[in-house]
Amino acid sequence: MRHIWSETWTGLRRNGAITASIIVTMWVSLTLLGAGLLLNQQVSLMKGSWYDQIEISVFLCNTETVGENCTPGRDVTEDERTVIKQTLDSNPEVAEVFHETKEEAYREFRRTNEDSPILDSVTVDQMQESFRVKLVNPEEYQTVVAKVAGLPGVENIQDLRQWLDPLFRLMFMIQVGAWVTSGLLLLAAMLQIGTTIRMVAFARRRELAIMRLVGAGNGFIMMPMLLQILIASLIGALLAAVTLVTGVYLLITRNSEPSSQTSALIGWDETLFALGGLAIVAVVLSILPTLLATRRYLRV
Amino acid sequence: MITFDNVTKIYRGQRKPALRDVSLEIGAGEFVFLVGRSGSGKSTCLRLMMREYRPTKGTVLIDNQDVGKLPGWRIPKLRRQIGVVFQDFRLLPGKTVFENVAYALQVIGRPGREIRTRVPEALDLVGLESLSDRMPDELSGGEQQRVAIARAFVNRPKILIADEPTGDLDPESSVGIMKLLDRINRTNTTVVMATHDQSIVDQMRKRVIELADGDVVRDQGRGVYGHAS
Repeated sequence: MRHIWSETWTGLRRNGAITASIIVTMWVSLTLLGAGLLLNQQVSLMKGSWYDQIEISVFLCNTETVGENCTPGRDVTEDERTVIKQTLDSNPEVAEVFHETKEEAYREFRRTNEDSPILDSVTVDQMQESFRVKLVNPEEYQTVVAKVAGLPGVENIQDLRQWLDPLFRLMFMIQVGAWVTSGLLLLAAMLQIGTTIRMVAFARRRELAIMRLVGAGNGFIMMPMLLQILIASLIGALLAAVTLVTGVYLLITRNSEPSSQTSALIGWDETLFALGGLAIVAVVLSILPTLLATRRYLRV
Repeated sequence: MITFDNVTKIYRGQRKPALRDVSLEIGAGEFVFLVGRSGSGKSTCLRLMMREYRPTKGTVLIDNQDVGKLPGWRIPKLRRQIGVVFQDFRLLPGKTVFENVAYALQVIGRPGREIRTRVPEALDLVGLESLSDRMPDELSGGEQQRVAIARAFVNRPKILIADEPTGDLDPESSVGIMKLLDRINRTNTTVVMATHDQSIVDQMRKRVIELADGDVVRDQGRGVYGHAS
Protein backbone atom coordinates (compact mmCIF):
# COMPACT_ATOMS: atom_id res chain seq x y z
CA MET A 1 0.00 0.00 0.00
CA ARG A 2 2.88 2.33 0.81
CA HIS A 3 4.28 1.78 -2.65
CA ILE A 4 0.90 2.64 -4.23
CA TRP A 5 0.69 5.89 -2.25
CA SER A 6 4.25 6.88 -3.08
CA GLU A 7 3.58 6.16 -6.78
CA THR A 8 0.37 8.21 -6.56
CA TRP A 9 2.20 11.13 -4.99
CA THR A 10 5.03 10.95 -7.54
CA GLY A 11 2.44 10.86 -10.33
CA LEU A 12 0.62 13.92 -8.96
CA ARG A 13 3.87 15.88 -8.80
CA ARG A 14 5.14 14.71 -12.16
CA ASN A 15 1.90 15.54 -13.95
CA GLY A 16 1.22 18.78 -12.08
CA ALA A 17 -0.08 20.77 -15.05
CA ILE A 18 -2.42 18.09 -16.31
CA THR A 19 -3.67 17.41 -12.76
CA ALA A 20 -4.37 21.13 -12.40
CA SER A 21 -6.32 21.16 -15.67
CA ILE A 22 -8.46 18.22 -14.51
CA ILE A 23 -9.09 20.04 -11.22
CA VAL A 24 -10.18 23.23 -13.00
CA THR A 25 -12.43 21.45 -15.51
CA MET A 26 -14.03 19.44 -12.71
CA TRP A 27 -14.41 22.55 -10.58
CA VAL A 28 -16.24 24.58 -13.24
CA SER A 29 -18.39 21.73 -14.53
CA LEU A 30 -19.39 20.52 -11.08
CA THR A 31 -20.17 24.09 -9.98
CA LEU A 32 -22.53 24.42 -12.93
CA LEU A 33 -24.04 21.03 -12.20
CA GLY A 34 -24.55 21.98 -8.56
CA ALA A 35 -26.03 25.35 -9.53
CA GLY A 36 -28.46 23.53 -11.83
CA LEU A 37 -29.45 21.21 -9.00
CA LEU A 38 -29.98 24.15 -6.61
CA LEU A 39 -32.05 26.02 -9.19
CA ASN A 40 -34.13 22.93 -9.79
CA GLN A 41 -34.84 22.62 -6.08
CA GLN A 42 -35.57 26.34 -5.86
CA VAL A 43 -38.16 26.09 -8.63
CA SER A 44 -39.93 23.11 -7.09
CA LEU A 45 -39.91 24.80 -3.70
CA MET A 46 -41.39 27.98 -5.15
CA LYS A 47 -43.95 26.07 -7.17
CA GLY A 48 -44.93 24.09 -4.08
CA SER A 49 -45.40 27.03 -1.79
CA TRP A 50 -46.80 29.55 -4.25
CA TYR A 51 -49.13 27.20 -6.07
CA ASP A 52 -50.51 26.18 -2.67
CA GLN A 53 -51.32 29.75 -1.77
CA ILE A 54 -52.57 30.84 -5.14
CA GLU A 55 -56.21 30.82 -5.96
CA ILE A 56 -57.92 32.08 -9.04
CA SER A 57 -59.83 35.31 -8.53
CA VAL A 58 -62.85 35.76 -10.81
CA PHE A 59 -63.70 39.48 -10.65
CA LEU A 60 -67.28 40.40 -11.43
CA CYS A 61 -68.53 43.53 -13.19
CA ASN A 62 -69.51 46.64 -11.23
CA THR A 63 -70.80 50.01 -12.31
CA GLU A 64 -67.36 51.26 -13.25
CA THR A 65 -65.97 48.27 -15.10
CA VAL A 66 -65.87 47.94 -18.86
CA GLY A 67 -65.31 44.83 -20.88
CA GLU A 68 -66.93 42.37 -23.27
CA ASN A 69 -68.97 40.63 -20.59
CA CYS A 70 -70.01 43.71 -18.63
CA THR A 71 -72.91 46.01 -19.29
CA PRO A 72 -71.59 49.54 -18.75
CA GLY A 73 -72.93 51.28 -15.64
CA ARG A 74 -74.43 48.14 -14.18
CA ASP A 75 -73.38 45.65 -11.52
CA VAL A 76 -73.38 41.94 -12.22
CA THR A 77 -76.94 40.63 -12.00
CA GLU A 78 -78.17 37.98 -9.60
CA ASP A 79 -78.71 35.53 -12.49
CA GLU A 80 -75.26 36.09 -13.94
CA ARG A 81 -73.70 35.56 -10.51
CA THR A 82 -75.64 32.30 -10.06
CA VAL A 83 -74.53 30.98 -13.47
CA ILE A 84 -70.91 31.82 -12.72
CA LYS A 85 -71.12 30.15 -9.30
CA GLN A 86 -72.80 27.06 -10.74
CA THR A 87 -70.19 26.82 -13.52
CA LEU A 88 -67.43 26.93 -10.95
CA ASP A 89 -69.12 24.52 -8.54
CA SER A 90 -69.78 21.94 -11.23
CA ASN A 91 -66.16 21.92 -12.43
CA PRO A 92 -64.38 18.82 -11.08
CA GLU A 93 -61.08 20.71 -10.98
CA VAL A 94 -62.51 23.19 -8.48
CA ALA A 95 -62.00 22.30 -4.84
CA GLU A 96 -63.59 25.25 -3.13
CA VAL A 97 -65.37 28.50 -4.08
CA PHE A 98 -65.50 31.46 -1.78
CA HIS A 99 -67.64 34.48 -2.61
CA GLU A 100 -66.13 37.86 -1.65
CA THR A 101 -68.66 40.66 -1.58
CA LYS A 102 -67.95 44.35 -2.23
CA GLU A 103 -68.05 45.00 1.51
CA GLU A 104 -65.60 42.26 2.26
CA ALA A 105 -63.33 43.48 -0.52
CA TYR A 106 -63.52 46.99 0.94
CA ARG A 107 -62.61 45.75 4.42
CA GLU A 108 -59.67 43.78 3.03
CA PHE A 109 -58.58 46.84 1.05
CA ARG A 110 -58.64 49.04 4.14
CA ARG A 111 -56.73 46.44 6.11
CA THR A 112 -53.97 46.01 3.56
CA ASN A 113 -53.70 49.72 2.65
CA GLU A 114 -53.92 51.18 6.14
CA ASP A 115 -51.39 53.94 5.51
CA SER A 116 -52.38 54.74 1.96
CA PRO A 117 -53.34 58.40 1.25
CA ILE A 118 -56.07 57.31 -1.20
CA LEU A 119 -57.83 55.25 1.48
CA ASP A 120 -60.46 57.89 2.23
CA SER A 121 -61.39 58.48 -1.41
CA VAL A 122 -62.22 54.84 -2.06
CA THR A 123 -65.85 53.78 -1.63
CA VAL A 124 -67.51 50.40 -1.24
CA ASP A 125 -69.12 50.73 -4.67
CA GLN A 126 -65.80 51.05 -6.37
CA MET A 127 -64.83 47.62 -5.03
CA GLN A 128 -65.40 44.53 -7.14
CA GLU A 129 -67.04 41.46 -5.81
CA SER A 130 -65.31 38.22 -6.76
CA PHE A 131 -65.16 34.45 -6.52
CA ARG A 132 -61.98 33.11 -4.97
CA VAL A 133 -61.43 29.63 -6.33
CA LYS A 134 -59.18 26.89 -4.92
CA LEU A 135 -58.21 24.17 -7.35
CA VAL A 136 -57.86 20.44 -6.91
CA ASN A 137 -54.70 20.45 -9.05
CA PRO A 138 -53.16 23.93 -9.37
CA GLU A 139 -51.43 22.92 -12.62
CA GLU A 140 -54.87 22.62 -14.28
CA TYR A 141 -55.84 26.27 -13.87
CA GLN A 142 -56.11 26.90 -17.61
CA THR A 143 -59.18 24.67 -18.06
CA VAL A 144 -61.00 26.36 -15.17
CA VAL A 145 -60.16 29.81 -16.50
CA ALA A 146 -61.41 28.88 -19.99
CA LYS A 147 -64.78 27.74 -18.61
CA VAL A 148 -65.68 31.00 -16.84
CA ALA A 149 -63.74 33.62 -18.81
CA GLY A 150 -66.49 34.21 -21.37
CA LEU A 151 -69.48 34.21 -19.02
CA PRO A 152 -71.57 37.42 -18.80
CA GLY A 153 -70.80 39.37 -15.64
CA VAL A 154 -67.14 38.26 -15.48
CA GLU A 155 -64.92 41.30 -15.81
CA ASN A 156 -61.62 39.53 -15.66
CA ILE A 157 -59.83 36.60 -14.11
CA GLN A 158 -56.67 37.05 -12.21
CA ASP A 159 -54.28 34.26 -11.77
CA LEU A 160 -50.78 34.71 -10.46
CA ARG A 161 -49.63 31.79 -12.49
CA GLN A 162 -49.84 33.95 -15.58
CA TRP A 163 -46.99 35.94 -14.07
CA LEU A 164 -45.21 33.07 -12.40
CA ASP A 165 -45.10 30.69 -15.34
CA PRO A 166 -42.79 32.80 -17.51
CA LEU A 167 -40.51 33.17 -14.48
CA PHE A 168 -40.48 29.43 -13.91
CA ARG A 169 -39.87 28.89 -17.61
CA LEU A 170 -36.91 31.23 -17.51
CA MET A 171 -35.52 29.50 -14.44
CA PHE A 172 -36.02 26.14 -16.13
CA MET A 173 -34.15 27.35 -19.18
CA ILE A 174 -31.26 28.64 -17.08
CA GLN A 175 -31.21 25.31 -15.28
CA VAL A 176 -31.16 23.33 -18.54
CA GLY A 177 -28.46 25.66 -19.85
CA ALA A 178 -26.36 25.06 -16.75
CA TRP A 179 -26.80 21.30 -17.08
CA VAL A 180 -25.99 21.20 -20.79
CA THR A 181 -22.83 23.29 -20.25
CA SER A 182 -21.90 21.19 -17.26
CA GLY A 183 -22.52 17.99 -19.26
CA LEU A 184 -20.26 19.18 -22.06
CA LEU A 185 -17.55 20.18 -19.59
CA LEU A 186 -17.82 16.85 -17.79
CA LEU A 187 -17.49 15.08 -21.13
CA ALA A 188 -14.36 17.16 -21.76
CA ALA A 189 -13.08 16.18 -18.30
CA MET A 190 -13.64 12.51 -19.06
CA LEU A 191 -11.79 12.75 -22.37
CA GLN A 192 -9.04 14.66 -20.60
CA ILE A 193 -8.73 11.87 -18.04
CA GLY A 194 -8.51 9.28 -20.83
CA THR A 195 -5.82 11.28 -22.62
CA THR A 196 -3.91 11.82 -19.40
CA ILE A 197 -3.77 8.11 -18.72
CA ARG A 198 -2.65 7.47 -22.27
CA MET A 199 0.15 10.03 -21.91
CA VAL A 200 1.21 8.71 -18.53
CA ALA A 201 1.19 5.15 -19.88
CA PHE A 202 3.47 6.30 -22.70
CA ALA A 203 5.78 8.30 -20.45
CA ARG A 204 6.09 5.41 -18.01
CA ARG A 205 6.23 2.61 -20.56
CA ARG A 206 9.55 1.29 -19.23
CA GLU A 207 8.27 1.02 -15.68
CA LEU A 208 4.99 -0.46 -16.85
CA ALA A 209 6.82 -3.03 -18.98
CA ILE A 210 8.89 -4.03 -15.96
CA MET A 211 5.83 -4.16 -13.74
CA ARG A 212 4.13 -6.52 -16.17
CA LEU A 213 7.29 -8.58 -16.50
CA VAL A 214 7.72 -9.20 -12.79
CA GLY A 215 4.05 -10.05 -12.35
CA ALA A 216 2.50 -6.91 -10.90
CA GLY A 217 -1.28 -7.32 -10.94
CA ASN A 218 -3.60 -5.12 -12.96
CA GLY A 219 -4.93 -3.56 -9.77
CA PHE A 220 -1.44 -2.67 -8.62
CA ILE A 221 -0.57 -1.06 -11.96
CA MET A 222 -3.90 0.77 -12.13
CA MET A 223 -4.35 1.88 -8.53
CA PRO A 224 -1.88 4.82 -8.46
CA MET A 225 -3.44 6.15 -11.66
CA LEU A 226 -6.95 5.77 -10.30
CA LEU A 227 -6.00 7.49 -7.05
CA GLN A 228 -4.35 10.39 -8.90
CA ILE A 229 -7.47 11.01 -10.99
CA LEU A 230 -9.73 10.53 -7.99
CA ILE A 231 -7.73 13.01 -5.90
CA ALA A 232 -7.79 15.59 -8.73
CA SER A 233 -11.56 15.13 -9.17
CA LEU A 234 -12.26 15.35 -5.47
CA ILE A 235 -10.22 18.56 -5.21
CA GLY A 236 -12.31 19.89 -8.14
CA ALA A 237 -15.49 18.79 -6.32
CA LEU A 238 -14.31 20.41 -3.09
CA LEU A 239 -13.66 23.72 -4.88
CA ALA A 240 -17.08 23.46 -6.55
CA ALA A 241 -18.63 22.83 -3.12
CA VAL A 242 -16.89 25.87 -1.65
CA THR A 243 -18.06 27.98 -4.62
CA LEU A 244 -21.65 26.82 -4.25
CA VAL A 245 -21.74 27.26 -0.47
CA THR A 246 -20.29 30.76 -0.85
CA GLY A 247 -22.85 31.51 -3.55
CA VAL A 248 -25.76 30.25 -1.45
CA TYR A 249 -24.51 32.25 1.54
CA LEU A 250 -23.98 35.49 -0.38
CA LEU A 251 -27.07 35.35 -2.59
CA ILE A 252 -29.61 33.64 -0.39
CA THR A 253 -28.79 33.21 3.28
CA ARG A 254 -27.33 36.67 3.82
CA ASN A 255 -29.41 38.83 1.48
CA SER A 256 -32.81 37.33 0.97
CA GLU A 257 -33.87 35.71 4.19
CA PRO A 258 -34.64 38.80 6.29
CA SER A 259 -36.70 40.39 3.54
CA SER A 260 -38.70 37.41 2.39
CA GLN A 261 -40.27 35.60 5.30
CA THR A 262 -43.11 34.32 3.21
CA SER A 263 -41.50 33.15 -0.01
CA ALA A 264 -39.74 29.81 -0.03
CA LEU A 265 -36.01 29.83 -0.60
CA ILE A 266 -33.55 26.99 -0.62
CA GLY A 267 -31.35 26.62 2.43
CA TRP A 268 -28.53 24.45 3.70
CA ASP A 269 -30.51 21.20 3.41
CA GLU A 270 -30.95 21.69 -0.32
CA THR A 271 -27.32 22.79 -0.66
CA LEU A 272 -26.15 19.66 1.13
CA PHE A 273 -28.26 17.56 -1.24
CA ALA A 274 -26.69 19.29 -4.26
CA LEU A 275 -23.18 18.82 -2.82
CA GLY A 276 -23.86 15.12 -2.27
CA GLY A 277 -25.03 14.87 -5.88
CA LEU A 278 -21.93 16.46 -7.27
CA ALA A 279 -19.63 14.37 -5.05
CA ILE A 280 -21.21 11.22 -6.49
CA VAL A 281 -20.91 12.56 -10.04
CA ALA A 282 -17.25 13.47 -9.41
CA VAL A 283 -16.40 10.00 -8.16
CA VAL A 284 -18.30 8.15 -10.91
CA LEU A 285 -16.97 10.37 -13.67
CA SER A 286 -13.40 9.93 -12.55
CA ILE A 287 -13.54 6.19 -11.96
CA LEU A 288 -15.36 5.33 -15.19
CA PRO A 289 -12.94 6.83 -17.75
CA THR A 290 -9.96 5.75 -15.64
CA LEU A 291 -11.10 2.13 -15.68
CA LEU A 292 -11.82 2.25 -19.41
CA ALA A 293 -8.51 3.95 -20.25
CA THR A 294 -6.37 1.78 -17.97
CA ARG A 295 -7.96 -1.35 -19.41
CA ARG A 296 -6.98 -0.11 -22.81
CA TYR A 297 -3.54 1.36 -22.22
CA LEU A 298 -2.21 -0.46 -19.17
CA ARG A 299 -3.17 -4.02 -19.92
CA VAL A 300 -1.02 -6.80 -18.42
CA MET B 1 8.56 -27.63 -16.31
CA ILE B 2 7.99 -26.23 -19.83
CA THR B 3 6.08 -28.18 -22.49
CA PHE B 4 5.26 -27.10 -26.04
CA ASP B 5 2.76 -29.46 -27.62
CA ASN B 6 2.34 -28.96 -31.39
CA VAL B 7 2.51 -25.22 -30.97
CA THR B 8 1.92 -22.98 -33.97
CA LYS B 9 1.99 -19.20 -33.73
CA ILE B 10 0.85 -16.97 -36.56
CA TYR B 11 0.97 -13.24 -35.82
CA ARG B 12 -2.01 -11.14 -36.79
CA GLY B 13 -1.80 -9.85 -40.33
CA GLN B 14 0.87 -12.38 -41.29
CA ARG B 15 0.43 -15.56 -43.26
CA LYS B 16 3.73 -17.25 -42.50
CA PRO B 17 3.83 -18.87 -39.06
CA ALA B 18 6.48 -17.65 -36.63
CA LEU B 19 6.42 -21.12 -35.06
CA ARG B 20 5.21 -24.23 -36.85
CA ASP B 21 3.97 -27.26 -34.98
CA VAL B 22 6.71 -27.10 -32.35
CA SER B 23 6.84 -29.74 -29.64
CA LEU B 24 9.46 -29.73 -26.93
CA GLU B 25 9.88 -30.53 -23.29
CA ILE B 26 12.19 -28.78 -20.85
CA GLY B 27 12.54 -30.36 -17.42
CA ALA B 28 12.91 -28.66 -14.05
CA GLY B 29 16.47 -27.48 -13.41
CA GLU B 30 17.57 -27.79 -17.05
CA PHE B 31 19.73 -25.26 -18.85
CA VAL B 32 18.71 -24.86 -22.47
CA PHE B 33 20.06 -22.68 -25.27
CA LEU B 34 17.65 -21.60 -28.00
CA VAL B 35 19.68 -20.85 -31.11
CA GLY B 36 18.85 -19.85 -34.66
CA ARG B 37 18.98 -16.87 -36.95
CA SER B 38 17.00 -13.70 -36.37
CA GLY B 39 13.36 -14.40 -37.17
CA SER B 40 13.74 -18.13 -36.59
CA GLY B 41 11.19 -18.07 -33.75
CA LYS B 42 13.37 -17.92 -30.61
CA SER B 43 11.76 -14.79 -29.19
CA THR B 44 8.29 -16.07 -30.07
CA CYS B 45 9.04 -19.20 -28.02
CA LEU B 46 10.09 -17.09 -25.03
CA ARG B 47 7.07 -14.80 -25.32
CA LEU B 48 4.70 -17.73 -25.42
CA MET B 49 6.28 -19.01 -22.21
CA MET B 50 5.74 -15.61 -20.56
CA ARG B 51 2.20 -15.55 -21.93
CA GLU B 52 2.77 -12.32 -23.81
CA TYR B 53 0.98 -14.13 -26.62
CA ARG B 54 -1.33 -17.11 -26.89
CA PRO B 55 -0.44 -19.89 -29.30
CA THR B 56 -2.56 -19.99 -32.47
CA LYS B 57 -2.65 -23.80 -32.20
CA GLY B 58 -1.38 -26.31 -29.67
CA THR B 59 -0.70 -25.90 -25.96
CA VAL B 60 2.06 -24.34 -23.88
CA LEU B 61 2.32 -25.77 -20.38
CA ILE B 62 4.34 -24.05 -17.66
CA ASP B 63 4.57 -26.09 -14.47
CA ASN B 64 1.54 -28.09 -15.73
CA GLN B 65 -0.57 -24.97 -16.35
CA ASP B 66 -1.96 -24.40 -19.83
CA VAL B 67 -0.90 -20.78 -20.18
CA GLY B 68 -2.92 -20.25 -23.38
CA LYS B 69 -6.11 -20.81 -21.40
CA LEU B 70 -5.04 -18.69 -18.43
CA PRO B 71 -7.50 -15.86 -17.76
CA GLY B 72 -6.04 -12.34 -17.73
CA TRP B 73 -6.17 -11.95 -13.95
CA ARG B 74 -4.01 -15.08 -13.41
CA ILE B 75 -1.19 -13.95 -15.73
CA PRO B 76 0.64 -11.91 -13.02
CA LYS B 77 0.80 -15.05 -10.85
CA LEU B 78 2.37 -16.99 -13.74
CA ARG B 79 4.92 -14.26 -14.34
CA ARG B 80 6.00 -14.29 -10.72
CA GLN B 81 7.29 -17.81 -11.39
CA ILE B 82 9.36 -16.60 -14.34
CA GLY B 83 12.30 -14.20 -14.22
CA VAL B 84 13.22 -12.45 -17.46
CA VAL B 85 16.47 -10.85 -18.61
CA PHE B 86 16.87 -8.88 -21.87
CA GLN B 87 19.75 -7.82 -24.06
CA ASP B 88 19.13 -4.12 -23.26
CA PHE B 89 18.94 -4.68 -19.44
CA ARG B 90 15.76 -2.56 -19.07
CA LEU B 91 16.74 -0.92 -15.79
CA LEU B 92 14.94 2.17 -14.53
CA PRO B 93 17.39 5.06 -14.97
CA GLY B 94 16.04 7.14 -12.08
CA LYS B 95 16.47 4.39 -9.48
CA THR B 96 19.58 3.08 -7.74
CA VAL B 97 20.77 -0.50 -8.12
CA PHE B 98 19.06 -1.42 -4.85
CA GLU B 99 15.82 0.33 -5.85
CA ASN B 100 15.80 -1.34 -9.27
CA VAL B 101 15.97 -4.77 -7.68
CA ALA B 102 13.57 -3.83 -4.88
CA TYR B 103 11.06 -2.55 -7.46
CA ALA B 104 10.35 -6.11 -8.61
CA LEU B 105 9.24 -7.00 -5.09
CA GLN B 106 7.46 -3.71 -4.33
CA VAL B 107 5.15 -3.92 -7.33
CA ILE B 108 3.98 -7.39 -6.37
CA GLY B 109 3.18 -6.08 -2.92
CA ARG B 110 5.92 -7.76 -0.86
CA PRO B 111 6.40 -6.30 2.63
CA GLY B 112 9.31 -3.94 3.35
CA ARG B 113 10.92 -6.38 5.79
CA GLU B 114 11.18 -9.03 3.08
CA ILE B 115 12.53 -6.50 0.57
CA ARG B 116 15.26 -5.42 2.99
CA THR B 117 16.56 -8.98 3.35
CA ARG B 118 16.00 -10.34 -0.16
CA VAL B 119 17.47 -7.50 -2.21
CA PRO B 120 20.94 -7.62 -0.53
CA GLU B 121 20.90 -11.41 -0.95
CA ALA B 122 20.20 -11.09 -4.67
CA LEU B 123 22.84 -8.38 -5.07
CA ASP B 124 25.30 -10.54 -3.18
CA LEU B 125 24.57 -13.44 -5.55
CA VAL B 126 25.41 -11.30 -8.58
CA GLY B 127 28.44 -9.76 -6.82
CA LEU B 128 27.15 -6.17 -6.70
CA GLU B 129 26.34 -5.63 -3.03
CA SER B 130 28.96 -2.89 -2.78
CA LEU B 131 27.39 -0.98 -5.68
CA SER B 132 23.83 -0.96 -4.38
CA ASP B 133 23.70 2.86 -4.09
CA ARG B 134 24.94 3.51 -7.63
CA MET B 135 22.74 4.65 -10.48
CA PRO B 136 22.55 2.39 -13.57
CA ASP B 137 24.43 4.88 -15.78
CA GLU B 138 27.40 4.67 -13.40
CA LEU B 139 27.80 0.95 -14.11
CA SER B 140 29.42 -0.99 -16.95
CA GLY B 141 27.25 -3.04 -19.32
CA GLY B 142 28.17 -6.26 -17.57
CA GLU B 143 27.29 -4.78 -14.18
CA GLN B 144 23.97 -3.49 -15.47
CA GLN B 145 23.12 -6.95 -16.77
CA ARG B 146 23.97 -8.36 -13.35
CA VAL B 147 21.50 -5.92 -11.80
CA ALA B 148 18.89 -7.08 -14.30
CA ILE B 149 19.61 -10.71 -13.36
CA ALA B 150 19.35 -9.84 -9.65
CA ARG B 151 15.96 -8.23 -10.36
CA ALA B 152 14.81 -11.28 -12.33
CA PHE B 153 15.96 -13.66 -9.60
CA VAL B 154 15.07 -11.74 -6.44
CA ASN B 155 11.60 -13.30 -6.34
CA ARG B 156 13.15 -16.79 -6.64
CA PRO B 157 11.39 -17.81 -9.86
CA LYS B 158 11.26 -21.42 -11.02
CA ILE B 159 12.24 -20.40 -14.54
CA LEU B 160 14.71 -17.78 -15.75
CA ILE B 161 14.30 -16.66 -19.35
CA ALA B 162 17.21 -14.78 -20.91
CA ASP B 163 16.79 -13.20 -24.33
CA GLU B 164 20.27 -12.54 -25.75
CA PRO B 165 21.65 -11.47 -22.34
CA THR B 166 25.21 -11.17 -23.64
CA GLY B 167 24.29 -9.51 -26.93
CA ASP B 168 25.54 -6.07 -25.88
CA LEU B 169 28.51 -7.23 -23.78
CA ASP B 170 32.22 -7.72 -24.37
CA PRO B 171 33.51 -11.32 -24.21
CA GLU B 172 34.87 -10.98 -20.70
CA SER B 173 31.61 -9.65 -19.28
CA SER B 174 29.71 -12.29 -21.23
CA VAL B 175 31.67 -15.04 -19.54
CA GLY B 176 30.87 -13.49 -16.15
CA ILE B 177 27.17 -13.40 -16.98
CA MET B 178 27.21 -17.02 -18.14
CA LYS B 179 28.92 -18.11 -14.92
CA LEU B 180 26.21 -16.30 -13.03
CA LEU B 181 23.41 -17.95 -15.01
CA ASP B 182 25.08 -21.30 -14.43
CA ARG B 183 25.13 -20.62 -10.69
CA ILE B 184 21.46 -19.73 -10.75
CA ASN B 185 20.76 -22.92 -12.71
CA ARG B 186 22.49 -24.91 -9.94
CA THR B 187 19.82 -23.68 -7.51
CA ASN B 188 17.44 -25.91 -9.55
CA THR B 189 16.14 -22.94 -11.52
CA THR B 190 15.30 -23.80 -15.12
CA VAL B 191 17.21 -21.47 -17.45
CA VAL B 192 16.16 -20.91 -21.05
CA MET B 193 18.48 -18.63 -22.99
CA ALA B 194 18.10 -17.43 -26.56
CA THR B 195 21.45 -16.48 -28.03
CA HIS B 196 23.53 -15.84 -31.13
CA ASP B 197 26.78 -16.16 -29.18
CA GLN B 198 28.51 -19.18 -30.64
CA SER B 199 31.51 -19.25 -28.31
CA ILE B 200 29.35 -19.26 -25.21
CA VAL B 201 27.16 -22.10 -26.44
CA ASP B 202 30.20 -24.08 -27.47
CA GLN B 203 31.91 -23.55 -24.11
CA MET B 204 28.94 -24.35 -21.90
CA ARG B 205 27.99 -27.62 -23.61
CA LYS B 206 24.36 -27.55 -22.50
CA ARG B 207 21.24 -28.70 -24.29
CA VAL B 208 20.76 -26.79 -27.56
CA ILE B 209 17.45 -26.37 -29.39
CA GLU B 210 17.90 -24.90 -32.84
CA LEU B 211 15.06 -23.19 -34.66
CA ALA B 212 14.92 -22.30 -38.35
CA ASP B 213 11.93 -20.58 -39.95
CA GLY B 214 9.67 -21.55 -37.06
CA ASP B 215 10.64 -25.24 -37.01
CA VAL B 216 12.76 -27.09 -34.44
CA VAL B 217 15.58 -28.43 -36.58
CA ARG B 218 17.80 -29.75 -33.81
CA ASP B 219 17.41 -30.69 -30.15
CA GLN B 220 20.73 -31.87 -28.79
CA GLY B 221 22.01 -32.57 -25.27
CA ARG B 222 25.47 -31.10 -24.46
CA GLY B 223 25.36 -29.46 -27.87
CA VAL B 224 27.26 -26.74 -29.68
CA TYR B 225 26.11 -23.74 -31.68
CA GLY B 226 26.66 -25.19 -35.17
CA HIS B 227 25.66 -28.57 -36.52
CA ALA B 228 28.83 -30.41 -35.50
CA SER B 229 28.40 -32.65 -32.46
